[in-house]
Amino acid sequence: MSGATPAQTFRFTLNGQPVAVTCPPDLRVLWVLRDLLGVTGPKYGCGLDECRACTCHVDGVAFATCSTPVSAIEGRSVTTIEGLAATWPGGGLHPVQQAWLELDVPQCGYCQAGQIMMAAALLAQVPDPTDDDIDQIRNVCRCGTYVRIRQAIKRAAELLRQGSSSASGS
Amino acid sequence: MPPGAVEPSPGHSLVEEALAATVRRPASRPGGTTRRQFLAYVIGAPILVVAVDALGSAPANAATSGASGGGGLTVPAPEGIPSLPQPADVVDLGDLLILAGLPTANLITISVDTNGVAHFAMPRQENGQGTETAVAMIIADELDLPLEQVEVTLAPAEPKLVFNQLTGSSNAIRSLWDPVRTAAAAARGRLLAAASDLLGEATSALTVQDGVVVAPDGRRVSYGQLSGLAASPTTLAVPATPKDPSTYRIVGTPVPQRANPAIVTGAQRYAVDLDVPGYPTMVRRAPTIGGRLLSFTNRAAVEAMPGVLRAVPLPFGVAVIARTFGQAIDGVDAVEATFSPGPVADQSNATVRQALIEAPVVPFLPAAPLARTLAFDFDWAPVNHAPMGTNMAVADVRDDSATIWAPLQTPIAALEAIAEAVGLPPSAVVVNVVRGPGSFGRTLFFDAALEAAQISKAAGLPVRLMWHRTNDMRHGRAHPQAHHRIRATLLGDEVLAFEHRVTSVTTDVSPGLGEAITAGLDRTGLGKLGFSQTLFETTITCPYNFGVVTQLLTEVPLAFNTDSWRSVFSYNTRGAEEIVVDQIAAALGQDPVTFRLGFLQNDRQRAVVEKVAEVGGWGRSLPAGVAQGIGFHQEYQSFCAVLVELDTRNPALPRVTRAAVAVDVGLPVNPLSLEGQMLGGLTDGISLVLQMGNHVEAGLPVESGWGHFKFIRQDQAPREVTVVVMPRSTDRPGGAGELAVPAAVGAVANAWARATGTVPTSFPIIDPTIGWAPPPPGPVPVEPLQPLPDPRRDPSELYDY
Repeated sequence: MSGATPAQTFRFTLNGQPVAVTCPPDLRVLWVLRDLLGVTGPKYGCGLDECRACTCHVDGVAFATCSTPVSAIEGRSVTTIEGLAATWPGGGLHPVQQAWLELDVPQCGYCQAGQIMMAAALLAQVPDPTDDDIDQIRNVCRCGTYVRIRQAIKRAAELLRQGSSSASGS
Repeated sequence: MPPGAVEPSPGHSLVEEALAATVRRPASRPGGTTRRQFLAYVIGAPILVVAVDALGSAPANAATSGASGGGGLTVPAPEGIPSLPQPADVVDLGDLLILAGLPTANLITISVDTNGVAHFAMPRQENGQGTETAVAMIIADELDLPLEQVEVTLAPAEPKLVFNQLTGSSNAIRSLWDPVRTAAAAARGRLLAAASDLLGEATSALTVQDGVVVAPDGRRVSYGQLSGLAASPTTLAVPATPKDPSTYRIVGTPVPQRANPAIVTGAQRYAVDLDVPGYPTMVRRAPTIGGRLLSFTNRAAVEAMPGVLRAVPLPFGVAVIARTFGQAIDGVDAVEATFSPGPVADQSNATVRQALIEAPVVPFLPAAPLARTLAFDFDWAPVNHAPMGTNMAVADVRDDSATIWAPLQTPIAALEAIAEAVGLPPSAVVVNVVRGPGSFGRTLFFDAALEAAQISKAAGLPVRLMWHRTNDMRHGRAHPQAHHRIRATLLGDEVLAFEHRVTSVTTDVSPGLGEAITAGLDRTGLGKLGFSQTLFETTITCPYNFGVVTQLLTEVPLAFNTDSWRSVFSYNTRGAEEIVVDQIAAALGQDPVTFRLGFLQNDRQRAVVEKVAEVGGWGRSLPAGVAQGIGFHQEYQSFCAVLVELDTRNPALPRVTRAAVAVDVGLPVNPLSLEGQMLGGLTDGISLVLQMGNHVEAGLPVESGWGHFKFIRQDQAPREVTVVVMPRSTDRPGGAGELAVPAAVGAVANAWARATGTVPTSFPIIDPTIGWAPPPPGPVPVEPLQPLPDPRRDPSELYDY
């Protein structure tokens, strides 16, 4: 319940910039981002940690912003879809975003910020995910773009390998 | 009689009927397509603005236009007793909607600005089907412009458009094809004429390259430079002849959706994301569908909660307006209120099923002598649309004006209803149409926009209304529950009769859509039916030579919140029929693909079945518990076949592992988005058959979110899907957005029957009981706060955050 406790000030890094918000400590990160900071890329799909449309990164790790209190991100670094490209040293879009464009993944697009953030977090730890790995992703896409998401994750893995090999070779 | 039982039956009228039908059968099917004739105008303006008007319509020649029944002359079928044309073969729902929109097509306008950019404010909704992109492709081809120099936006509600601003029935491209091409052709002609004057060359000597007119001597003048010269101070008629579609260079090629760059960077805005004033707002709703607010006893306490600005009692519930949605949710759950029991408060899936079974239906024909019958009953659960974004709208209602932003397929009807509800003249209301967060039919209704307007007026504040997922699942609209009875009558190797009685809870046909259907019907002389009867009659047709075919809808008027759901009556009606088709094949000892090829009515139908069997490897060897299934569907003047391989070996997690789709839409505009629509329809079909549906208990679905409303996720999606877009077969595009769902339903159900040996008759199949404790009605559930994941310690947290 976000209304019960007095507001406090919380400081964290958002897409590389320091931010401070004053709000109840149990206000969910999703509403801090969307309603207080105007960052609308993360979407509300259920508020129940079931659809994952709200997925963002905290210190590079995927998390459900709808179910995480703002107090938990004090001092941490949060990345939303708006800041993903800037985390990629190669410049331009993040390889996951590039792959999403190449494969024309989105339909309505509402879940795709969460899908992309999940895929980027997966690839950060599993550079060459198997189909079984990809099967474990729980993000819902109601338009049914799952096949293209799967192809795009594999394509992004290729792009990431190319990017890292060219970076090491330069 | 148990499902699938075969019995001989007495009587003979059926044989006579079938013979009579053969005699009466016309040599070819009547042309379903109407050729639209349009007149173009230059509208008085400083830059070039072109509009089109309908001259009227003339029936197309069935031999050349692609008749709705099968695209051209009907080739005599090698097998089967031919069936009479059904209403949907003569004029389908898409035709009705086009007819309804014809008198106002002139308000479709295309302008070319001084930078040479063409603009089209599209009077259709974009929900991710790719309509904006496809229309831009058509305009670019017709104008000889690079695609990047065509801007397509979503037009706000424009009441002058009457029935010409409606998105539904997979009709957007079908209905825009002629007027948009005509307007663009007129603009091109006008620009060429201006260039001719300027350059002193005959128009026939000029060519256009990427929006630049080139003279024989190489002099060049751009559309931007010509826009003012091509404009007219007064409105005047101009000639327009669209190009032969075979000369198009962009149409027919794969083009990614135009919104993708914005979507993948988070820049795409949906209604609740818009940077306009509007406080986060959620509503406390009744414990039963349709319950009305009786009392709200702790308003002061709720309004004293941190962040809460107002708590407003309205007939549909208590709206809590707050600084953040988190605080609005807290307010909603703190509300103490009572509601009247809703009109279906005593209903459950079981009682509704009983009512459907007891409703009188037109009896089947008396059985024929020596014939045997196959009879099946099917049940379909109600199914929420569950668009990825819940019902949403922003409303700013003031004393003398109102402005609304929402995803809307019927924006004019929304505007009129909102004007009435807030007591303003329609001219004082602006309704902006915003890209939808999925729809699947949901935004044919404008529930959120209307509520947001009422809340804004009552509170005196601009509001950003979003439904909680639990409320969207329980109080949102849904496909109605339905019961089906199908009987096929067989004699020898022939099907003498195919009879289908659909009994369904009434489908609410949206204001706007329903009126357009009526208006279109008035222009056909087909007579008067109810909205949904017309919808059924103009969408449901049997594609097989099954002798005497009757498909009839009976509706039971229970006051659930219903709406058209992707393919409306077709996924359940045609899906069930595709199951029976497999059983007829089995009864005749035939392979399901061979049987379909024999009993389908024309070459376009057969071609997609043959193609899907080929690319899907029909008949390949599979382990026990894994099987292939096939389904076919035609609608919207398009054809689709789906082949799936279903693995049922893990009963808790059945999975379609591979799938193939073949689709013939006549003229494919954008094969890439067409493939996307096939993937979406396939995923819907898998979910509907296997596990997605709502359990109504005491007047309310118990599902509260995605946890129990089991739309499939990545672990049940096929890893491999092949979509074959058939080459252009006609000179115009058919519809595609809903097309794959009924074929996929048939394919998955047939695969289940073949894998398990049991014909499924109740959907979803995996739906035994409510095996969980649903959150109680009234308050919305709140997920407990969670610690942050640390997957570097535990790899499972990579996914289970």
